[in-house]
Order: sequence, then C-alpha cells, then structure tokens
Amino acid sequence: MVSVCFYFQVHQPMRLRNYSVFEIGHHNNYFNEQKNEAIIKKVAKKCYIPANKIVLDLINKTDGRFKAAYSMTGIVLEQFERHAPEVVDSFRQLVDTGCVEMLDETYHHTLSFLYSKDDFREQVQMHNKKIRKMFNFKPKVFRNTELIYSNEIAGFVEKMGYKGIIAEGADHILQWRSPNFLYKPSGLNGIKLLLKNYRLSDDIAFRFSEKSWKEFPLTAEKYADWVSQVNGNGNVVNLFMDYETFGEHQWEDKGIFEFLKHMPHEIFKHPDNDFVTPSEAIRRYNAVAELDFPSFVSWADVERDMSAWLGNKMQQEALRDIYLLETAVKLSRNPALIDEWRKLQTSDHFYYMCTKWFNDGDVHKYFNPYDSPYEAFISYMNILNDFRIKANRLSEIKVGE
Amino acid sequence: MKVLMFGWEFPPLSSGGLGTACYGLTKGLSKKGVDITFVLPYSADASDADFVKLVSANNIKIRKISSVLQPYMSSQDYKMVVSKKPAQQIYGSTLFEEVYRYTLAAERIAEEEDFDVIHCHDWMTFGAGIAAKKKKNKPLILHVHATEHDRTGGNSVNQYVYDMERYGMHHADAIIAVSNFTKNKIVAHYGVNPEKVNVVHNAVDLSQHDFRENFEIKKNDRIVLFLGRVTLQKGPDYFVYAAKKVLEHEKNVKFIIAGSGDMEPFVIEKAAELGIADKVLFAGFLNQHDVERAYKIADVYVMPSVSEPFGITALEAMKNKAPAIISKQSGVSEVVSHCLKVDFWDIDEISNKIVALLRYRQLHDALRENAYFEVKKFNWSIPAEKCIQVYNHVLKQ
Repeated sequence: MVSVCFYFQVHQPMRLRNYSVFEIGHHNNYFNEQKNEAIIKKVAKKCYIPANKIVLDLINKTDGRFKAAYSMTGIVLEQFERHAPEVVDSFRQLVDTGCVEMLDETYHHTLSFLYSKDDFREQVQMHNKKIRKMFNFKPKVFRNTELIYSNEIAGFVEKMGYKGIIAEGADHILQWRSPNFLYKPSGLNGIKLLLKNYRLSDDIAFRFSEKSWKEFPLTAEKYADWVSQVNGNGNVVNLFMDYETFGEHQWEDKGIFEFLKHMPHEIFKHPDNDFVTPSEAIRRYNAVAELDFPSFVSWADVERDMSAWLGNKMQQEALRDIYLLETAVKLSRNPALIDEWRKLQTSDHFYYMCTKWFNDGDVHKYFNPYDSPYEAFISYMNILNDFRIKANRLSEIKVGE
Repeated sequence: MKVLMFGWEFPPLSSGGLGTACYGLTKGLSKKGVDITFVLPYSADASDADFVKLVSANNIKIRKISSVLQPYMSSQDYKMVVSKKPAQQIYGSTLFEEVYRYTLAAERIAEEEDFDVIHCHDWMTFGAGIAAKKKKNKPLILHVHATEHDRTGGNSVNQYVYDMERYGMHHADAIIAVSNFTKNKIVAHYGVNPEKVNVVHNAVDLSQHDFRENFEIKKNDRIVLFLGRVTLQKGPDYFVYAAKKVLEHEKNVKFIIAGSGDMEPFVIEKAAELGIADKVLFAGFLNQHDVERAYKIADVYVMPSVSEPFGITALEAMKNKAPAIISKQSGVSEVVSHCLKVDFWDIDEISNKIVALLRYRQLHDALRENAYFEVKKFNWSIPAEKCIQVYNHVLKQ
C-alpha cells in the first residue's frame, strides 16, 4: 500500500519598500503596500482560488478520499484578510471538509530558531492561535521555515507538544535510505519525522513545464505510475511543494490544473493507493529508524543548506543586526513595534540578498523584487537603521517609567 | 587573415576608451594570429617610444599618418591645436579638412598594403575605410565605439559628423557595435538594418601593477571618484549634485574628478556655488599609472554617464577593487552584475547608493570581491574572437 501525502506551502512575504538612506530617522512606512496588495490579488486569482476549487472538487468527488495539508504563514493570512478575504473563505471550506489538515510554523516565516529560541516559540504559538481562530483547527504537525530542520529543532518542537515534523529528504542525510517511510528524530520518542520525496515533488514543482526534460510532457497517468512503483518498498510518498506551483510557478496554459484534477483519480486506479494527511500518516505508520540531522538542512537550492539566507556577509550582518534589537524591542512592550520587528525577520528579505546564483539569473532572480542582492541589502539596512532609532527611543521610555 | 585597421593611439598616449579599446583588441587579435597593419594619425611632437614597446608582436605593423587628429576632437579643439603648430607644418584649416587630408593619405597606404578586410574605429576614420574599400574592393567593417548622439546627448548634433557616420554605416559590409545600447542607437538614429550590426562588448586589460602606497588623503577622508572626460556625455554635473547631497549626510568624504574636458569650468563653478568647493577636487587629466592609483584610493567609483556606448572605466574600477555605481544608460551595464546601477538623472538614488557604500562595510566588501571575480571574464581574447567571426562572415558574402 502506498499513501500519498500532499502538503502545500502558502506564503507571501510583506515586501519592503526601496527605503532610501535619507529616510533614516523619518520613520516612514517600510512596506511596499501597493506591490504586496497587487501580488496577493494576482496570485489569488491565478493560483489560490482556482487551485482551492479543484481540491474541493476532488474531495467531494472522491467522497473525502482525497486529502491534503497546508501550511499558511501568519503574514500571508493577514494579507488575505486585508486584500483577498474570498481566499480565506475558500480555505475555510477546505478545512471544513475534514479532509484538510493545517500545519504550524513561525507566524512570520522567519529564521528565528537560529537566533532566538524564545522568539521562535512565541512566533509558533502566535501561528497556532491564528490557525485555531481562523479555521477552528489545532495543528499537531510542525514545519519550519523553508523546511529548515535539525535534531535540535525536532527536540524543541517535541517539547512544545507536536506529534510530527516535516523535513527535506536530503540525500546526504538519507544516503541509502528511502524518504518513503516515517523516521524518528535522533534520540526522540514523542515525535515522528516526515521526509519530502524531492524527486517526485520537484517533478511537479520545477520540471512540469520544462520542455528539455526527457519526461516532458508529464501526464497524470505517467506520474501515478511512478508513485505506484513505491508499492512494496515504502509506506508514504510525501509530496511537499509551494502551493503557488499551481498557476503561478507552472502556468495554467501549460496544463498544471488539468494535471492536479486528474492525478488523484489516476492514483486511485491502483487499489492499494490512498491519500493521507501528515497526522494520519503518523498514526498509521511506525517509524522505521532513527535519523540523525546534526546540522541544519533546508529545501532550498541544490545545496539543501542555509546558504540561500546566510551564504554571504551581507546576509549574516543583516540577520545579526535585526536579532540584536530583540531586547530593546521587547522592553518597549509596544505591540506595533514588536510586530514590525518580526515582519523584518521574514526570511525572504535575506533570500533577496543572496549572491550565490546572481550571475546565472535563475529562480532567485525571478522571485526577487530588487534588481540585485545589493539593492536588497541597502534597502534593508536603511530600514533597520531607522527601526533601531525607533526601538531605542521606545524602549528607553519604558525603561525610564 | 590580414587586417588593415584604422585606429587610434594606444595608451599611454590615448585619452580615453577609444585608444584603450584599440590597444586591447589589437593585442587580442595578434595573439590569435591575425596580421594587422595598424594605421593611425600621428602628431609630430609626440614620442612614440611607448607604443612601439607596447606592441612588440611581429604580426603588427604600424603605419603613421602625420596628423593632429585626436579622438573626441571637436571643431573648436582642432582650431586650438592647429593654431599652436608652426606654420611650416601642413594641416587642414578645419577639422573636416584635416579628416579629408587624412583620408587621402590613408588611401595611399591602402594601395601599398596587402589585406583581406578593413576595420575602422569611429567616424574620423570612416572616410579612410571607404577610400580603402573603393581602392582595393575589400570588405569594410566599422567599429562603433560612440555615435554623435552619445557625444551630444542627442542635442545639437553636428550635421557633418552625423552625415559621415551615416554614410559610413550604409557603405560598410558589417558594423560592430560595442553594446546593444549602441546597436539600438545605430538602428534607430541611422536607419541601419539590425542584421548588419554585430554586438561585441569590450573587455579590459587584466594585467595588474602591484604597488602598495599609503595615500595621505586616505588618512581622514573617504574618496568618491569620477574618472572620464569632463563632458556632457559623461555626466560630471550629476556627480557634483550627488556630492552635495551626500555631504549633507556624511562627513569626511572627498570627491575627486579626474579628467579634463569642456565642462570643467561649469563643474568647478557649480561646486563653488553649492558650497562644496573644498570637498570636490579636480585632478585633471591623469596618465595611465595615476589612473590606476585613482581607482586604488577610491572607496566608490561613480560613472554617471548620460549616454555611454560601453564604459571600460567600469571594468577598470572592478579590476582595481573600487565598488562601482554605473549609469543604466551604458553598454557595460548590460554585461556586468556586480555593480550598482542607477539612472544618471536620479541624483537621489546615486547619493543613496554612495552613502550606502560608505556606511555599510559588508556591502562595500561584497561588491569589491564579487566584482573582482566577475571582471576576470572580460578578457580581450573574447571580443577578438568575435571580430574574427565578423571578418569570416563578410569574406564569405
């Protein structure tokens, strides 16, 4: 029997304005409201709304045998509430079927685990509260920003009460092992590890419209065949990807929605196959072995490491500086200031500063609102310097009282 | 392959990108086994010891024509130069007469020399190229490093120069443009069929002089550098306006303008008017060695060109580890990633970026290192190879 476990990531950062050095001290708005609103509306129309409709149809047509999980950041939810409330409604409909599971993550899509475990905990709790409030659903499985994972993170979220955690099925960790089983994080008994089958996931997420790929065009039938081949040497195929794959990264005219519509039916043609949510997988399958992730692994780039956010000194400096402000920010007890500080932690801001692939102009460039990583850094540092002035002023007032 | 090339004096006698490009390209072609007869205007009072030394390859033959022509020369410049010459030397009474005189001399050389293709660099040599083509019936290639539209910023275009450029372009068998930016100008302003225009981006001489010096000026000040002809085309006025804005926010910064040109008086007066005369230093025209020193002391290099067909100085800055802010209205910005790019008119953004480079050490270092790595791919053998492809193509036609 093979169970297919879909988890879709839903996230849009709050992109920053091009903040000039001459604005430092003026405390102008940091966020590019216009652009963020335009992108949310565009992606809602191209992806979230049509994809949700297909998923809902699939659930209805299969009498609830089709299932999926979503992880939605707090900041994308906030943006939906403001600019595209119909998206929230359509996700509610999905959750209400009982066939859709919501996962937890950091509310602001941050790298906080690396810099401040206290704030990491608060951000995860904030996210949990938001999902409960909006969807009446209490997440039990955790996914960290960009699937950043290590033994330490597993231990930390186990203590927070999570039953499962998601990570990249990186070759250098798995070696000869298969991602199609559940594992046990090193030294832990209360939490199970689900690993992304990156080959099958990326066939959809990255290669679907790639004409030079030898499997092009990818049909639902062919794909279901590949999944069924896992029968006998695996329990669960974890297909984890950005939800924007559907309609935004892979375009509708390339047939991605048709693929999504038909693929589950093809999967069901094999009587031993089914779909599960991460929590169901955890309940149903035992962990086959213990897996050791001594250092951080992510789902980004070929390196599957932290280099997309921490690969150069600009990124390291910007990250160090924003977290150095934690004490001042928290002393202020000013909710608006704390919120702004956390929005400045969103990992995308640091991803835009990545110089690794800048010459080649690939995926980093496509998703980068800036002309270059240097512009991203300049704007971020100008904002950070402005924010520092604000934070110091506000915290001193509190301290003095 | 034998090339009759009408070019310009090499560094250190050259003043600017044209001579530098001729030198780099000639060296690159010579290394690839191309025989070159290099014809150039030669002023009697200049010393030639240097470039003979520079071009020691035995497949390069230099033919000189006595003339006071210099690249970038205007009619006024010409009058000034000629008026200083002794009466017994014979030169044209105007720039255009002198160009014509040069063309006739070039025709005689073409008659004597044996070659497969003719390769000319910028308008003053176009007449010579056409004359050689008519004489020997060999294909003509024009290499466009700048057009009259770039030099004048599109205003008060000199009709004679424009006509000469246009006539040459339409009579050439192929055109080489130093960038897509320039190719577009050639197509839009000169009505040339785009298929005839090949883009060959320039490169930079990657050899390094290793010298360590402690510069007195660096003790108290950080340096922002402008290096180029002080003419409308290069945007020195934007540099001064940006300096003013930077100085409102940063202390201990000096702005150096290295180069000479007809806008010098305006720029000097402007700096005084803005109250920053003590912060803007005029270094005048620099020789090759001092150019390198200028980049070495610079914390920021700014190239605010209004219209820059290529912009080799950006590559020179990268090579000498000076982080560069360059105009988007340039050819070089098409091919480099590790520079900061701005619209030349956007003084706020130019000054924002200057201040960021002065304040943010990590930004400064990242640009320095990444640009230094990137510039290594701009070797003259690549444009040389592309020129050979153009030669082969026209010979097949």
